[in-house]
Amino acid sequence: MIELVLADRCTDCDTCVQVCPTNVFDAQPGGPPVIARQEDCQTCFLCELYCQSDALYVAPNCDEPVAVDAEAIVASGLLGQFRRDSGWHEWAGQSPNLHWRMGELFARGRKPVAAPTP
Amino acid sequence: MTLTLETDVLVIGGGLAGCWAAIAAAEAGAEVILADKGYCGTSGVTATAGPNHWWVPPDPEKRAQAVRERNARALGLADPRWMARIIDTTWRTLPTLAAYYEHSITAGGVPHYQSLRGPEYLRALRRYAEARGVRILDHSPALELLLHADGSAAGARGVRRQEGPPAGRDWTVRAAGVIVATGGCAFLAKLLGSRNNTGDGHLMAAEAGARLSGMEFSTYHTVAERHSTQTRSASYAFADYFDAAGREIDTGGDPDVTLPLARALLAGPVYATLARMPVDLRAILPQIQPAILLPFQRQGIDPFTQRFTITLQGEGTVRGTGGLRLADEDCQTDVPGLYAAGDAATRELIAGAISGGGAQNSAWAVSSGTWAGQAVARLAHDRGRRAETPVEAAGGAGLRPRGTPATADLSRLLTDGVRAEMLPYDKILFRRGPVLARSLATLDGLWRDARDHLAPGADATARVRAREAAALVACARWSTATALARPETRGLHRREDVATTDPALAHRLSSGGLDEVWVAADITVPAITAPAAAPATQVA
Repeated sequence: MIELVLADRCTDCDTCVQVCPTNVFDAQPGGPPVIARQEDCQTCFLCELYCQSDALYVAPNCDEPVAVDAEAIVASGLLGQFRRDSGWHEWAGQSPNLHWRMGELFARGRKPVAAPTP
Repeated sequence: MTLTLETDVLVIGGGLAGCWAAIAAAEAGAEVILADKGYCGTSGVTATAGPNHWWVPPDPEKRAQAVRERNARALGLADPRWMARIIDTTWRTLPTLAAYYEHSITAGGVPHYQSLRGPEYLRALRRYAEARGVRILDHSPALELLLHADGSAAGARGVRRQEGPPAGRDWTVRAAGVIVATGGCAFLAKLLGSRNNTGDGHLMAAEAGARLSGMEFSTYHTVAERHSTQTRSASYAFADYFDAAGREIDTGGDPDVTLPLARALLAGPVYATLARMPVDLRAILPQIQPAILLPFQRQGIDPFTQRFTITLQGEGTVRGTGGLRLADEDCQTDVPGLYAAGDAATRELIAGAISGGGAQNSAWAVSSGTWAGQAVARLAHDRGRRAETPVEAAGGAGLRPRGTPATADLSRLLTDGVRAEMLPYDKILFRRGPVLARSLATLDGLWRDARDHLAPGADATARVRAREAAALVACARWSTATALARPETRGLHRREDVATTDPALAHRLSSGGLDEVWVAADITVPAITAPAAAPATQVA
């Protein structure tokens, strides 16, 4: 679930307020949005994808809130990973969309089916 | 102050089907309003995923073969003509997105149209819809339908939850026809992208008199890392599974691992590793499915070398096949002027008793949305908007309690109660008559509470939650009652107490009702009168 809005990175553009499909954030006059309805977060990471200042952190746990260490997360380099891998915004052209190869995952992952026992 | 609008076509829901419906209606010359519960572009299960579409070139023999093969697995509940039409409509429609989606150019210089990454797909659909003049109302959940005196759909009411006072700003849209594209009902399981899929459209339509079909086929599950929403099955094609003692779990070589994993999970923790994924695919996985590795990276887990705990996330009707019953080839429901598209509609006609998976269901969303959009545009042209006539609001539970409004958080009690009946594997994947009967009695009690005491809350969130709670209870009852009324095992519907398939039950089951839930055999298939556009698809 969404855990962090990093005030020192946030540009107060309120894009996350708009694009969150479950209306988790509330815009605040003159400041970063607040996480107002964390329990509605569906852990889809799409707010991170749309956040051009990499100011949001969604923890992987979809079942309950977890304690997070903001400094360690900033230092980890994980912020913005979704945008970089998706080739959005300034990363356009640097990470091609290879979704068309998804079929290979299914095809090559399939285990050979054992012959039916008589 | 209420936002009051009138238009030709109202689409409720801005996911895959809703977007295609809005685009088709606008292309046909209609004025369109699309109201989404969240944000059109990130809402719905497609935005978080990456669908393939059923994609067969217009070669009559190839198409006939694709239909034959799929129909043979539908266990008697599908219709080959409906399958053929979605293949054809999808083939014609999907490439029109090209101005808004950067399709990969694959071998032979041919754009790869059929498989798209979710966030980019829905972003493209929003741009496409906006370019065609569709007016999008984001964060505007519909709460109830409006009906003409003759019972036909006249529009809807809802709330703009990011505007106005704490209770939100009400909206009312009058239209010549309404398309429900609110997705399947996931019963608040943690399927990726499904938080908004609470069956709101099912409830609204049923209150207007619509019937449902196939609600027993609501048992699809997908593997994910425990506590994670990443229900992305492609990578799990490489998974090997182990129990707590480290013994490999035999999944029988079948790509559908649900039943063996559910049995193992009922016995204890289950672990997986993706070690079989070749290094070349590992390297490009972030470009295929950029989100799937995020939870692993954030927990310091290497899924290719380490074992991690997994779970099965339920999907309810999302990749099941149940939904609103269709009365004609335009995807009109049993209520005149009310149409259903995508996962909100039954997909039995194209998938039968087994899941339509991603590819068939996506083709269905594109096609059913397109047909419904075109049909309501024609309706607006032929009959006009009828926007001046008096209408009645159809909503009940969660809007207008019959008794004393509850003071406690009844919405939470009801949703917890639904989850307790609809999510445990032993109740859903291994159904038994007596257990289903007990569930139904419990759910009937929840419905009486909802009907009599569930009141709209003071703020916009609480208003929406009350309707979600009522919708979840209603969908759970139709699903459970229909499962009870099918004493056999057929496809997704698996009865532990009746393991055989009964040839006498090779028909669809429709359901409906609010105070009294009913289930009935349904042997009709909506006729197709529109001639198939050339090249005609031959179905043996």
